[in-house]
Amino acid sequence: MATSSTKTSAATRVVHFPGFLPWLLLMVLTLVSWWLGYGHGLGKLATISALILAFFKVSVVGAYYMELRFAPLALKLIFNGWVVFVCAVLIGIYLVVH
Amino acid sequence: MSTAPPGSASNERVALSTPAWRTQGHVPGEVGVWVFILGDMVVFAWLFIVFMHQRSQHAEVFDQARRSMNLTFGGLNTLLLLTGSWFVVLGVHALRRGHQPAGKWLIAGAIACGLGFVVNKVFEYHEKIVVGHPRAQADFFMYYFVLTGIHLFHLMLGLIVLTLMWRVAHKATLGPRNFRTLEAGACFWHLIDLLWLILFALFYLTSN
Repeated sequence: MATSSTKTSAATRVVHFPGFLPWLLLMVLTLVSWWLGYGHGLGKLATISALILAFFKVSVVGAYYMELRFAPLALKLIFNGWVVFVCAVLIGIYLVVH
Repeated sequence: MSTAPPGSASNERVALSTPAWRTQGHVPGEVGVWVFILGDMVVFAWLFIVFMHQRSQHAEVFDQARRSMNLTFGGLNTLLLLTGSWFVVLGVHALRRGHQPAGKWLIAGAIACGLGFVVNKVFEYHEKIVVGHPRAQADFFMYYFVLTGIHLFHLMLGLIVLTLMWRVAHKATLGPRNFRTLEAGACFWHLIDLLWLILFALFYLTSN
């Protein structure tokens, strides 16, 4: 019992480490996009999903690692504007050909 | 927010950890650093778009070249950079709370992740150069070496920045200027991380 509760409290402490959950999310999304890199018969959808996931990860890095969620609105808008614009242009160029 | 005189280390720590700091809008580091970061992001955006445009002109050849890429190198490097960035987040957090020893070790951990990326990249470049590629795929590999090379140059600069942060973490007391340096350095390191996320998607994951 004591060991189990020690384990639980250690796990709880790790979860409360700053940036732990964003890091976990970024790890999982990287593994998903790694998996998408092999295609799995998904065709264009695999590439489009991988690109969207990559830009979403950039947004998470900006908000939680660069602390932009506490930054002035203008900086948040410029940063996320870049994310949305570049993602849209890249997917647009990709779709025009395929 | 704070009535105590500016410039004292304890003040700064209090200022950075209070909710008011979070609600008033705080530019991480300095505005000048963000001009550089956003400028760099614009340059890289242009490079990403040029690559995708070229790829669209020669989709079949670019896809053949992409299939020869080793996803393990790209994937591992992504995990390394994301973990190194998290160590920087934890390190700055520890230093804000006055936990210098933890801060130093965490920044050292981030440096180790960055060095791991460099070693991994050297192996990957070596493999690509030794194995070679058909002449038709020259364009893909030109973009690959130039873009990842520019990124690797940024990463080398980032390792110097992390080393400076590590030295700052050795000071007995940290003032507002030190925290601005730490935040600016951290943001530069995260920039390297986020640019790699897109390079990974473009060179390793974009298929026909």
